[in-house]
Amino acid sequence: MKLNNEVNRKEFLKLSGVAALLGFGGPLAFKIYASGEFDAAESNSKVRYGMAVDTRKCKEGCTDCASACHLKHNVPDHKSKKNEIKWIWKEPAKHLFQDRDYNIEAEFSADMPFLTLCNHCKNPSCVRVCPTQATWKRKDDGIVMMDYHRCIGCRFCMAACPYGSRSFNYAEPRKGIAKLNPDFPTRTRGVVEKCNFCEEIIGTGKNPYCVQSCKEGALTFGNLNDPDSEIRKLLKNNPSIKRKAGLGTEPSVFYLV
Amino acid sequence: MIEKGFKGNNFYKIWLLGLALVAANGIYFYMRQLDEGLGITGMSRDISWGFYISNFTFLVGVAASAVMLVIPYYLHHYKKFDKVVIFGEWLAVGAVLMCGLFIMADMGQPQRAFNILLHPTPGSVLFWDMNVLTGYVAINFVVGWNTLKSEQSGLKLPGWVKPLVFISIPWAVGIHTVTAFLYAGLPGRHLWLTAIMAPRFLASAFASGPAFLLILLHVVKKTTRYEVEPDAISTLSKIMIYGMIVNIFFYSMEFFTAFYSNIPDHKETLQYLFFGLDGHDKLVPWVRTSAVLGIIGVIMLLFKKVRQTEGLLILGALLIFISTYIDKGMALVIGGFIPSTLGEVTEYTITYPELSISLGIWAIGFFTISVFFKMTINIRRSI
Repeated sequence: MKLNNEVNRKEFLKLSGVAALLGFGGPLAFKIYASGEFDAAESNSKVRYGMAVDTRKCKEGCTDCASACHLKHNVPDHKSKKNEIKWIWKEPAKHLFQDRDYNIEAEFSADMPFLTLCNHCKNPSCVRVCPTQATWKRKDDGIVMMDYHRCIGCRFCMAACPYGSRSFNYAEPRKGIAKLNPDFPTRTRGVVEKCNFCEEIIGTGKNPYCVQSCKEGALTFGNLNDPDSEIRKLLKNNPSIKRKAGLGTEPSVFYLV
Repeated sequence: MIEKGFKGNNFYKIWLLGLALVAANGIYFYMRQLDEGLGITGMSRDISWGFYISNFTFLVGVAASAVMLVIPYYLHHYKKFDKVVIFGEWLAVGAVLMCGLFIMADMGQPQRAFNILLHPTPGSVLFWDMNVLTGYVAINFVVGWNTLKSEQSGLKLPGWVKPLVFISIPWAVGIHTVTAFLYAGLPGRHLWLTAIMAPRFLASAFASGPAFLLILLHVVKKTTRYEVEPDAISTLSKIMIYGMIVNIFFYSMEFFTAFYSNIPDHKETLQYLFFGLDGHDKLVPWVRTSAVLGIIGVIMLLFKKVRQTEGLLILGALLIFISTYIDKGMALVIGGFIPSTLGEVTEYTITYPELSISLGIWAIGFFTISVFFKMTINIRRSI
């Protein structure tokens, strides 16, 4: 009996050795199953940027935020739905929140235009599927970034994003830019792009352009990991919802209703 | 050895020339696509994968099905597959070649393709898919080439080839499982988010691959009078029917789960595909055709008499081939994007350049398969 046990133990060790050699159960497995997070320390970062959209303040018919963003980021307008590029735009509420009964849950109507943009998810499925790490989640602040020079244009991220936040440059982007902003790069054809939470300016303590341009004060940008931040206070004192919370992506964009 | 693949009568030469012309036309349009961008295809912000990825997905299945010849012959010593196995391997080589070309055609920045190797990302299924497909094409080519060489020289198959054959078995299952995982792991795409995706992929592969091979071997017989063992054909047709029956069974399970649970997200795409959604029904005729052809194919081939009549067997194989092509190509890939993540229906229409490029890739595939088949036949005849 004893002998048998020992053999089993030996076998077990041998097997686990082989398994470790092959990389199963080791760091590789961690990498495969860690949803888009390539560094374990990341979840402890002090900063996780997020946004609160106050749907009660957002004015119907106003598109100041989208205009400001698209102008500053050289987002092309191809005048075609097929080749469309958008970083931030308005969408009927029923498209963003599909599982509500709009006849009864009447805080907002089905066709009310709601703002939408990249959710900069805590567990971004787009990051997980990218074969080149051309899209990744920044360790220090949770922003989901894009490297337009590394992207191979496979569009796996677009299939993986459950929010439709990503656009692909089917057409030559530079042809669709009415007024060029020399301070921000234009993109090349054949790469994916999306909202970057204005990572190019927020480091200087500025708010993203959409927040700056909103006259109604409907948009609040801030650190979700800081309990004293303005955004956390808003979320504490107001009822809020997230898009498709059941998917586990954990969006960082919240809607105050 | 390869030069023997180009030796044939005038008909064969015209066939190759014709394929080369179709390929050239495809290359012309590919140059245009490189120049103008993927905007010249029917793909859009909502339908971000189209005909290229549909063909890719289908062809991975065709490639994987070579295992259905390798297992009986090498594992079960079913000697009647002796002369057929190599055709399955060549078909796999041709199919993976087409897969690679379809992926390249689909990429926005194909010149950056090697970024996948420069920045290996084990978390990405696409990274694994590229690796397993490259490995698979290499294994099948090396095995096929050495088998033929040893046939030609009359020497035994070199010892190191056998292990490769055995590796190819799980590897074949692997390529199609990994390809299914491209789809089955994405949150928010409910047609794809199903645990039975990989089994379904394999079942339909084991129908479509043998169906394709039966058709090809029939064409070979008619044009070159080269015949394989009739028993091998009969076994191959049985494999195809079993594959198709399991495929239809799995598909119906999707229906049960979606419609009995009554969860809208799960029902909507199936509704779109089979009945239309919000007044959009462009794929409905295709999907219904696929279902009807598949069922007719299976039912007619259940009868032994029908299977033993060559013309009818090939007709049945053709029906099953078309059925699986529509189902695993367009219906699965394009359907997966409908409705969109925002709950809207955007439809997809293939464009002429996109079709030309795709036909060009098929022509390159057929060219490769033709040359390899011809080489094999010519060598066997000269022994």
